[in-house]
Amino acid sequence: MSDDNRTPNEQGPVDGVSESAYGAWHRRVLEGRAGLFAVATAVAISIGGLAEIVPMFTATDMGVGEDMPITPYTPLEVAGRDLYVREGCYLCHSQMVRPMRAEVLRYGEWSRAWEYRYDRPFLLGSRRLGPDLHRIAGKYPDAWHYEHMRDPRATSPGSIMPAYPWMLDRTVDPRIVTKSLRALQRVGHPYVDVTEENVRGSMQAQGSDIVASLQSAGIESQWDTEIVAMIAYLQRLGRDGKAVLSGIGAEQEEE
Amino acid sequence: MESSASAVMPGTPSTRTNYDDQIVKMFFTATVVWGIVGMLVGVIIALQLAWWPANLGLPWTSFGRLRPLHTNAVIFAFAGNVCFLGIYHSMQRLLKTRMWNDTLSRIHFWGWQAIIVSAALTLPLGLTQSKEYAELIWPIDVAITVVWVVFAVNFFATIAIRKVSHLYVAIWFYMSFVITIAVLHIVNSLAIPVTATLSYPLYSGLTDALVQWWYGHNAVGFFLTTPFLGLMYYYLPRAADRPVYSYRLSIIHFWALVFLYIWAGPHHLLYSALPEWAQTLGMVFSIMLLAPSWGGMLNGLLTLRGAWDRVRTDPILKMMVVAVSFYGMSTFEGPMMSIRAVNGLAHYTNWVIGHVHSGALGWVGMISFAILYWLAPRLWNRELAHPKWVDAHFWLATIGIVIYTVAMWAAGLMEGLQWRAINDLGQLANPSFVDITARLQPFLWLRLLGGTMYLVGVIMMGINFWQTIRGPGKPSETAPATAAA
Repeated sequence: MSDDNRTPNEQGPVDGVSESAYGAWHRRVLEGRAGLFAVATAVAISIGGLAEIVPMFTATDMGVGEDMPITPYTPLEVAGRDLYVREGCYLCHSQMVRPMRAEVLRYGEWSRAWEYRYDRPFLLGSRRLGPDLHRIAGKYPDAWHYEHMRDPRATSPGSIMPAYPWMLDRTVDPRIVTKSLRALQRVGHPYVDVTEENVRGSMQAQGSDIVASLQSAGIESQWDTEIVAMIAYLQRLGRDGKAVLSGIGAEQEEE
Repeated sequence: MESSASAVMPGTPSTRTNYDDQIVKMFFTATVVWGIVGMLVGVIIALQLAWWPANLGLPWTSFGRLRPLHTNAVIFAFAGNVCFLGIYHSMQRLLKTRMWNDTLSRIHFWGWQAIIVSAALTLPLGLTQSKEYAELIWPIDVAITVVWVVFAVNFFATIAIRKVSHLYVAIWFYMSFVITIAVLHIVNSLAIPVTATLSYPLYSGLTDALVQWWYGHNAVGFFLTTPFLGLMYYYLPRAADRPVYSYRLSIIHFWALVFLYIWAGPHHLLYSALPEWAQTLGMVFSIMLLAPSWGGMLNGLLTLRGAWDRVRTDPILKMMVVAVSFYGMSTFEGPMMSIRAVNGLAHYTNWVIGHVHSGALGWVGMISFAILYWLAPRLWNRELAHPKWVDAHFWLATIGIVIYTVAMWAAGLMEGLQWRAINDLGQLANPSFVDITARLQPFLWLRLLGGTMYLVGVIMMGINFWQTIRGPGKPSETAPATAAA
């Protein structure tokens, strides 16, 4: 074993550059000046990021569809979306239908940029251990989702999805949802009259509709359970975009 | 400066700098512990995919919560601690000076370990921001920023007090790591807090997606690639006892790599609703990235010229050769997968998981093990307790990786092709998603086998180090200086 504390510069074996190379211009200018080197590195790594990210904020013609009728998530849907994040659903389910024939056949209309306007955080996903969910709204009845979350194999034999029985009993808190809406309001989501009372009322109204639909399938639940919030979110996913796109399709057929 | 250099160990030449090797030992121990934990969680979630009852029906053990725990543990706990131990060990020697401030080194160490522990507690509880490899909740993000600044101050101050004027190539790569990770982390983590555990990002929709994958791809680039290339440039020539093949090549591939890497993020969003020009930029720069990546690989492999006879017998060199080869292979595969047409098939499939693991297990894992095995006897001044286990570890890991990646390639191609197959009537040939998933099961079990073999190797390494450190010391005049100053 050779001397452990040898530096490459003095004894060669690590850096075999001959002495004359130490006089090379780049060594004098850059590799001996740490501050300048660090700045040069920072510049080199900034160019690409700036070139790609800045236009996303400034360009107006990128099809973000400011005029498209996309509405923000309701309080109950915001609660459901946070549960979707909490359970890591996005790790197995994408929310991005690609413009390919097989994808459109399997899932429905391919996803457009403006549909994600109120998605904070984005949940496009990177892996499909299960199917894409961007067009899941309205595909199954509420009771199907309830059973599927309780025991995925009850509705989809052979599924490898974990069960989420705790969502049947746990409840969502309108006070936290109120805080969520206020935060989202601050970054431009157009909510009005965000008070705890209004948020609770909205959640109760939407939740009660889902409870009623579950009841007609023989399932007892409460408006403030996590499962009801989750169903509200899933029945919303991609709905606005689908409505817009099918509307445009119908117009074109008429012409 | 002189005062730190004046304290020396007995029996050492009085000119020797008194390096802080205690901090290296601390990061070393943390690396091995977190490596075993992170890879064990990986094996558990691999089992969950092959056999769903392993989710146990509990919130904190379900796949969706454990998967981020696995990725965070192997990236930031295992690979992160490897980077730190290698940087603290090699930069002191390359700059011929002790670290500028030992207290900052310790704040860095304990701060980083506290962040890891808080990640291990919060992620199973479902506290997450959902951005891949940036899941940790905002208070932990703030802590990461503080600890990183502490590390950066100590790092640059140590460079400022260096006793050699020229900065060796390894230091450049470390610098790019320290600077770029700071930029990536801060920009991607900007969010509005709602509660102590909940926040929403400043960006929405596809802008959020682009910022995240700019971060995500460059976390691979500047957390798992550039610092490890720096480590390669120090430890591979040391282990092989050969000079670096080409200094000029190292300059060219360094600047090309750091400039090109940043552009490649959008290849994670091909065929999405991201503007087409951004997708195309991501694809083109990803393909160009092949050149500097292979520059690094070739410089590493060619450094071994004249030492290939030792590669046959020295398991440490064997690990390094396999590591650099996997680096070359996965940096070939990556650009290919960034081509739109290929990505159309590969995206969303197990192929991507295979690609990630050929880089993570093959490149990052193997070069890390080689460095650990090379360092342990030197740091603790002991003979390795089980030298033959190193060879066993090498074969377990290598065969494990091959089984893992081949299984994932097969599974990925299969599901990608079956998802898109359309019959003569223009209908989906495989309308049932679940049926396609069921056909993947044999490959998922194979992957579990490959991953388990890899984990067994790492556990053997841990036992080996444990018994080495606890074993009898060997009296030697080359005792490394420790933190006795």
